[in-house]
Amino acid sequence: MTIDTTAPAIELKGISKAFGPVQANKDISIRVMPGTIHGIIGENGAGKSTLMSILYGFYKADKGDIFIGGQKTEIPDSQAAIASGIGMVFQHFKLVENFTVLENIILGAEDGRLLKPSLAKARKSLLELAAEYELNVDPDALIGEIGVGMQQRVEILKALYRQADILILDEPTGVLTPSEADQLFRILGRLREEGKTIILITHKLREIMEATDTVSVMRRGEMTATVKTADTSPEELAELMVGRKVLLHVDKNSPTLGDVVLDVQNLRVVDEQGVERLKSISLNVRAGEILGIAGVAGNGQSELLEVLGGYADGTGSVTLNNEAIDLTGKYSNGKTRRARGIAHVPEDRQREGLIMDYSAWENTAFGYHDDPAYQSGIFINNTAIRQDTEEKMARFDVRPPNPHLSAKNFSGGNQQKIVLAREIERNPDLLLIGQPTRGVDIGAIEFIHQQIVALRDQGKAILLVSVELEEILSLSDRVAVMFDGRIMGERAVGETNEKELGLMMAGVET
Amino acid sequence: MDFFTLVQILDATVRLAIPLLLACLAGLFSERAGIFDIGLEGKMLAAAFFSAAIASITGSVWIGLLAGIAASLFLSGVHGLASITFRGNQLISGVAINFLAAGMTVLIAQSWFSQGGRTPSLSGAERFNPIDFPGALTTTNEVKAASPLMQVYSELLSGHSLLVYVALLTVPMTWWLLYRTRFGLRLRAVGENPAAVDTAGVSVVGLRYAAVGICGILCGIAGAYLSTALQAGFVKDMSAGRGFIALAALIFAKWRPWHALYATFLFGLFQALELRPDVIEAVIGMKVQGQFLGALPYIMTVVILAGFVGKAIPPRAGGEPYVKER
Repeated sequence: MTIDTTAPAIELKGISKAFGPVQANKDISIRVMPGTIHGIIGENGAGKSTLMSILYGFYKADKGDIFIGGQKTEIPDSQAAIASGIGMVFQHFKLVENFTVLENIILGAEDGRLLKPSLAKARKSLLELAAEYELNVDPDALIGEIGVGMQQRVEILKALYRQADILILDEPTGVLTPSEADQLFRILGRLREEGKTIILITHKLREIMEATDTVSVMRRGEMTATVKTADTSPEELAELMVGRKVLLHVDKNSPTLGDVVLDVQNLRVVDEQGVERLKSISLNVRAGEILGIAGVAGNGQSELLEVLGGYADGTGSVTLNNEAIDLTGKYSNGKTRRARGIAHVPEDRQREGLIMDYSAWENTAFGYHDDPAYQSGIFINNTAIRQDTEEKMARFDVRPPNPHLSAKNFSGGNQQKIVLAREIERNPDLLLIGQPTRGVDIGAIEFIHQQIVALRDQGKAILLVSVELEEILSLSDRVAVMFDGRIMGERAVGETNEKELGLMMAGVET
Repeated sequence: MDFFTLVQILDATVRLAIPLLLACLAGLFSERAGIFDIGLEGKMLAAAFFSAAIASITGSVWIGLLAGIAASLFLSGVHGLASITFRGNQLISGVAINFLAAGMTVLIAQSWFSQGGRTPSLSGAERFNPIDFPGALTTTNEVKAASPLMQVYSELLSGHSLLVYVALLTVPMTWWLLYRTRFGLRLRAVGENPAAVDTAGVSVVGLRYAAVGICGILCGIAGAYLSTALQAGFVKDMSAGRGFIALAALIFAKWRPWHALYATFLFGLFQALELRPDVIEAVIGMKVQGQFLGALPYIMTVVILAGFVGKAIPPRAGGEPYVKER
């Protein structure tokens, strides 16, 4: 076999794949040149993951051919993908938590039946790889005891140990702090210098602009464009993704601040294992203000929302409009919170916000089912709820506008709109909102952001928790950064930048 | 209590612990691979019946042993088919196997032998007979009169059937297989995170069937031991909850092979003491109900599960059928 250096590292020709009536990939062709970082961008459900699963042998394409290094290649299973030099770093890491780094690296790529020689060999090549690509990890550390950034390195090392020339990364920065993400991109740059080919799948426009050489855009199962990154702009990419012009920046006026609505003093939460999740937090939110809580997932933000939303116990003092709120006991629950004017759009809409098997109209009544407007004597007036739901769906542009459809049959963005409509339309004094646009496509993000800003302009207080720093910066008036159950600091949005916040998110005092 | 009584009790402990140990290791393989198996009891029972029945018909305990293993493997295959291939509920499949074995063994026994659901009594080459070590004393009176060392040698070490020594050997073998071989690494990984194994290009289904197969073989030996070594023939429900005690021991041992040995011997000791209420009364000065000793393994397991003595964390992917994510 002659190696043609000008041949694409990977070339897909006319790949199609259908799941029942859903055409996940439609006649997709793409050429990825060796020694480049090639971005693939698209909304949720655009077919990026399906395409990569075909490349990694999880699915067989209905039609189309795969060429690797110019050679036509069949990839019936992951083993074949690995053999043809493809390494995959999944969004959710595929690591065994109670194994060491070394054991995870050799799993499936052992040399022979006994472990000792394999482990010794892996230890040696791990040191070489670490030196070559600046990928230092402790080979004897347990996966469960190292951070996500390190775990991701282990995934990359796993691929390199299997001599992958082509590395596919699926949404690699979702769990990383900004500085960890920067570090990842440095490593990827280094890998590119060494001649590796990298495919970066993401929905973050910024990463595409920063890290890639070429970018392909997918929309509804089709590859709509492949352009040189240097020749495009985020606005153009967003338009290619959504199929229409999208406002990337939230238009908002400077806030008209009112009185303090929510005041939290020395709030502590200790979980069932006795671990202190919130370590004496103090913050306040004024009327007409959005306070953004930034931080890497798992640093106490969820617990903060849970306590304020009334479904976890805490100690300390919390007042709403200068009146104390019970943090424990029988008056501390979602119902009393709602009665006091606190609405809550929870972080995980599929588990906390909706019952997936229930219809949209049933979901719209949850928490507010004792609203007099929904009653008819001792019975619930289903017709009234359905009517109300139809009106809400129209106002929030939920598609399809069918109140009888189960929640699980709506897309992520439309599910979020159902929750949002339920909570916002109750005219709350305080809105708690967690990860408002997680798993939501760009078009819907724009709409959801507009709704949040509109609520603030009506003079409501909003506490926004998000792991997307960009979202925090574009929506909030003030930002508090959480790390390890503490507030690392508070900044007015105009007086800070991503770098400073990124450091605070990593626990660095600034 | 004299030294000889102690040796006698320990000797009984060994005999009673062996089926627990084999079943416990069987469960260990299956559960470490992520397949919960509460059908150990049923598999043992089926193996006990078929070993005794075939040994009685052919006159060879070895053919009986193979038949027992085959019966147990068949049930393992059913469990595998239900829980691996068809991704069914592992607990329900296990319960079904227990009921199936309890009913079918008696039914077939009655149909073949017409002795009220039991097999004929086994003797000679139809059984695994005790192996006497060179120089070991054989009659109780001789042993009683011998030196303590000789008592241990003759009563405790010597005089067990071949399967006892085989079972004891499976402990280090299991340890070695799990922690020193490629197969073991993959087996443990598939019980913790099958997706990691799958993306590494190794078959999750293949590994899990292998584990369930080993489980079947070990349960088969355990069952054969019950009816052809510990006792001389099959009687109705002769596994008597040992499969469940083995599961309790597995939790007690936190899914580790050497600890499985310790746990099953501890539980075996309870069973041995249950048979000697006179000894307990002599030692602690009060009467203890035999039933209490019988229940002790379960009580201790509940205590362990409640987290009083360290936490018993089962393999993380246990009980969950593996579905490739999109």
